[in-house]
Amino acid sequence: MLYSDKVLDHFSNPRNVGEIPDADGVGEVGNAKCGDIMKMYLKINGGVIEDVKFKTFGCGAAIATSSMATEMVKGHTIEEALSLTNKAVVEALDGLPTSKIHCSVLAEQAIKAALSDYYKKQGIDPEPIVGNIGECEACHDL
Amino acid sequence: MSSSEKRFIYADNAATTRISADVLDAMMPYLTTEYGNPSSIYALGRNSGFAIEEARAKVAKAIGAKPGEIFFTSCGSESDNWAIKGTLARLAPKGKRHVVTSVFEHHALLHTVQNCGYDYTLVEVDEQGLIDPQKVKAAIREDTAIVSIMFANNEIGTIQPIAEIGKICHEAGVIFHTDAVQAIGNVEIDVNEMNIDMLSLSGHKIHAPKGVGALFCRRSMIPKNLIDGGGQEGAHRAGTENVAGIVALGRAIELATADIPKKVARVSKLRDKLIGNILKIEHTRLNGDPVQRLCGNVNISFEGVEGESLLLSLDNEGICASSGSACTSGSLDPSHVLLSIGLTHEVAHGSLRLSISEDTSGEDVDYILEKIPPVISRLRAMSPLWERIKAAEK
Repeated sequence: MLYSDKVLDHFSNPRNVGEIPDADGVGEVGNAKCGDIMKMYLKINGGVIEDVKFKTFGCGAAIATSSMATEMVKGHTIEEALSLTNKAVVEALDGLPTSKIHCSVLAEQAIKAALSDYYKKQGIDPEPIVGNIGECEACHDL
Repeated sequence: MSSSEKRFIYADNAATTRISADVLDAMMPYLTTEYGNPSSIYALGRNSGFAIEEARAKVAKAIGAKPGEIFFTSCGSESDNWAIKGTLARLAPKGKRHVVTSVFEHHALLHTVQNCGYDYTLVEVDEQGLIDPQKVKAAIREDTAIVSIMFANNEIGTIQPIAEIGKICHEAGVIFHTDAVQAIGNVEIDVNEMNIDMLSLSGHKIHAPKGVGALFCRRSMIPKNLIDGGGQEGAHRAGTENVAGIVALGRAIELATADIPKKVARVSKLRDKLIGNILKIEHTRLNGDPVQRLCGNVNISFEGVEGESLLLSLDNEGICASSGSACTSGSLDPSHVLLSIGLTHEVAHGSLRLSISEDTSGEDVDYILEKIPPVISRLRAMSPLWERIKAAEK
């Protein structure tokens, strides 16, 4: 598996690992059978993601994309986080092997799942804002 | 435990091995001055030809065969393909159109059987990864052409009761082939005592280079050609011989089989130290039989951890190993071997295979044992699956 130095760096020294006990939004995507689960915790204040943490069970790319995605949304507005694409995560990591692209999709979905949870907790239907998050759809594409 | 300096430990000998200095010395003339084509009439060519025959005798001696029963190939996969496809091509016109093999063969065998267009039966293995010879017997049909059961499994290292399976095949009048790529040099093999008709082996698992293998085959059972062309290998396998590779294989197998009991005694002690200590980590399990096991094979699943991230973490510590996780196989499913012995996908994803060799030292084992626990702790600390496993315990 030919990983870029950036992927290896984010795997070996992942940013924002952990949990936020009083998170405003928590999202989990993937499943153990497919071999990857990502869980994201968001702390949101005034529409801005003040803090973000993640926990990931998965391969090197799953951990690296989780780490990169948290870096790309931390300190940004919800709108900016919602516009984060898996492609942007892949580019920020200097590319991913083709068979690992689904990991970046999961990272994008994990952020969106956490934002959906945030809206739900506010009593707001998340679907018009966040959209429908497919259930581990990447697995079915393979 | 005090943290030692970073080392380089190669613990993936089931994947491939280092070319030994002795083997390299033996093959070097055939990469330099002795470049003649063995089919040529002049002395330079004859030198190559003699070298091949010398290597053939060495391979034969290593498994109790006759030189005329050894055919050189490019690798173990080619030997497997040839044995199955060539035998079916030879016997199908006589009504023998069925193959018996096991669910957890190497893909070189399994995919060949599944794709060759003939009928086949896959014998199940038990939870330890052992094959019951009676199940092989039950699977043999009137129209069975060949039974192929691997000598030792490449992932979990289980060694099968080959002599007994061979006896059953012979009683049924069926050809018995075994893929012995992992077994050579680790188990004493005698094709006559063990009722083996065909056997695949490979050079790069025993300190020869990649790109050379062999098929042992009884003269009355030679499969139809897989590769047609010139008259090499008695007109059974065309292609100008890989002279240097063949010479290397001859020397390597001679060295690998010189004193197998001594190797097994030393290496299995290191293996058992690894297994015993790694199993002290909670939520782990040994895959494969603890006793009927290759002396260098360790295969352990760590719940809540994914195999590829485990390998990358060990690589950061200078340790080379492999895994049966889907991520390392390039497919969605984890290893068919681990699933065949009843592991769930979740547990199979978290498997680690360490394959040590006679090169492995006691210090290497201590280093591996020092590095694994913190790597597992770190990955589990960031694993939502581990969180779930621990929550379920409460």
